[in-house]
Amino acid sequence: MKGPLIETLARHGVTRRTFVKYCATLASMMALPPAAGRAMAEAMAAAPAASKRPSVIWLPFQECTGCTESITRSHSPTLEGLIFDVISLDYQETLMAAAGHQAEEALHAAMAANDGKYLLIVDGSIPLGLDGAYSCIAGKSNLETLKEVAKGAAAIVAMGSCAAYGGLPKANPNPTGAVSVADIIKDKPIINIPGCPPIPAVITGVLAHYLTFGSLPELDKHSRPKAFYGETIHDRCYRRPFYDQGKFAKTFDDEGARKGWCLFELGCKGPVTYNACATVKWNGGVSWPVESGHGCLGCSEPDFWDAGGFYKALSMPADPLKLAAKAAVVGAAAGVAVSFVNRGKKSAAKSAHEKTTLADLEK
Amino acid sequence: MNEMQFLTWVRGDGLDYAVGIFLLGVIWRLIEIYSLGRKKDISASRSVAGASGWHTIFRRSLPPEGMVKKSPVSYIGGYTFHIGLFIVVFLFAPHIMLFQSLFGLSWPALPSQFIDLAAVVTMAAMVVVLVDRINKPVKRYLSTFGDWFTWTVTFLPVLTGWMAVQHLLLPYTTMLALHILSVEILLVVLPFTKLFHAFTLFGSRWYNGTVNGHKGVAV
Repeated sequence: MKGPLIETLARHGVTRRTFVKYCATLASMMALPPAAGRAMAEAMAAAPAASKRPSVIWLPFQECTGCTESITRSHSPTLEGLIFDVISLDYQETLMAAAGHQAEEALHAAMAANDGKYLLIVDGSIPLGLDGAYSCIAGKSNLETLKEVAKGAAAIVAMGSCAAYGGLPKANPNPTGAVSVADIIKDKPIINIPGCPPIPAVITGVLAHYLTFGSLPELDKHSRPKAFYGETIHDRCYRRPFYDQGKFAKTFDDEGARKGWCLFELGCKGPVTYNACATVKWNGGVSWPVESGHGCLGCSEPDFWDAGGFYKALSMPADPLKLAAKAAVVGAAAGVAVSFVNRGKKSAAKSAHEKTTLADLEK
Repeated sequence: MNEMQFLTWVRGDGLDYAVGIFLLGVIWRLIEIYSLGRKKDISASRSVAGASGWHTIFRRSLPPEGMVKKSPVSYIGGYTFHIGLFIVVFLFAPHIMLFQSLFGLSWPALPSQFIDLAAVVTMAAMVVVLVDRINKPVKRYLSTFGDWFTWTVTFLPVLTGWMAVQHLLLPYTTMLALHILSVEILLVVLPFTKLFHAFTLFGSRWYNGTVNGHKGVAV
């Protein structure tokens, strides 16, 4: 197995064997058959020289750069980071050296050279309020830019919960009128990789799949790759046995918390959150939120910001009950009113009662 | 509305409405029933051992002699699903969390596998009593729409809760939301259907026991 990627990896001290193992791991994470690992390795290794690498354009809209941080910092310089050598990341404001007009030129040059073939990655939501004036780049609203760049894209990857669902900017009361990529673009294949931020291995997994098979992986109803978002955090959680035994941490520093018991009562949204954190973990497999003692926030689910509070257990009311006291008063009033009606009927029946005499019976 | 918004609605506004209607209905009907009053019995009371309201409350929880053999499905099935419902509703950890957040009271939970077993046994018992009601001509004749309806609204929360835990048919989030919704439907209809026996059961037993006790009859 030879190719530009293998040479690059070798320069970084990564052996061919390690690379093949990595591809096998990636394939198994995506629930692909073992042979797919080999196919992935071959496809990526055979990726053509620098000038012909698949072009990727990364557009940042209403975002916090957390998604970029997640991809770059947490895994660089490991294999996931190096997978980026297989693609040509032609426009990424945070990572690129160019700025201002140069950056814009790079964007338009990449679009023109790879028309209909480039992969578009979007992070951040798109504001529609005030004609999109809440977020502009190079004098254009995000809405304009997205429509323009999406036109020539082969497929779009919505990175992070903001691009996938609207995310934090869309949270109630959504002051900027934020929407997701899929709310605007209807005629292109879109793959959502939600998370706040998403797991780096998921984006490299999707890229590897795209490069190997030339298509997007199987998606669920939220357009998320099933391989990574197929199961809930709760079902894959190493603390699950404690849930089943009824052993719960009641506060963040009680005995249960120290013993690593289930965080359900502290508001963990693991049962309704589809993501791979419990298996893939974060920071190269070091840990993940639940392992570090905090419940899952549900960040890969739509509208997780407005799902009733991070520290309320799922079985608890999302909001305080407002109607109960009023309803009790109305109920009591209705009961008393009906009682009077019943008493009225009773006394009416009583006063209408006629005594029957023997004479009546003999008539 | 996506499934997360659906879940948040049933945990928020939906629950608020359901609990509101439930409280309104329960208070209304209790006041209405207890304010009906009864004519004062001016005859001399006859004292007989075992004849009183309290005796009847207890006695009617036990099957009369020979009745278990005569009507095993009604008694064994009835006991099984009522006890099963009690275990599933009051001893499952997430349910206790709900009671704690509403009333501030909590108690120890049973392991979820045990609750799972109790749910299956409860549903089996409910299906058996339903089939018995359909098969026995007398029971079928006595049944009205209210009986079929209350069976359904009682069965659905158990079924959807169990299916959510088992990840059957629909994704967990949607099934959990449907489970909570089915409980809310149960709450809304409870005060206005035969299910109100949950509140009137002991009162009516006490009343029957007292009236008959006055006449010197242990019922």
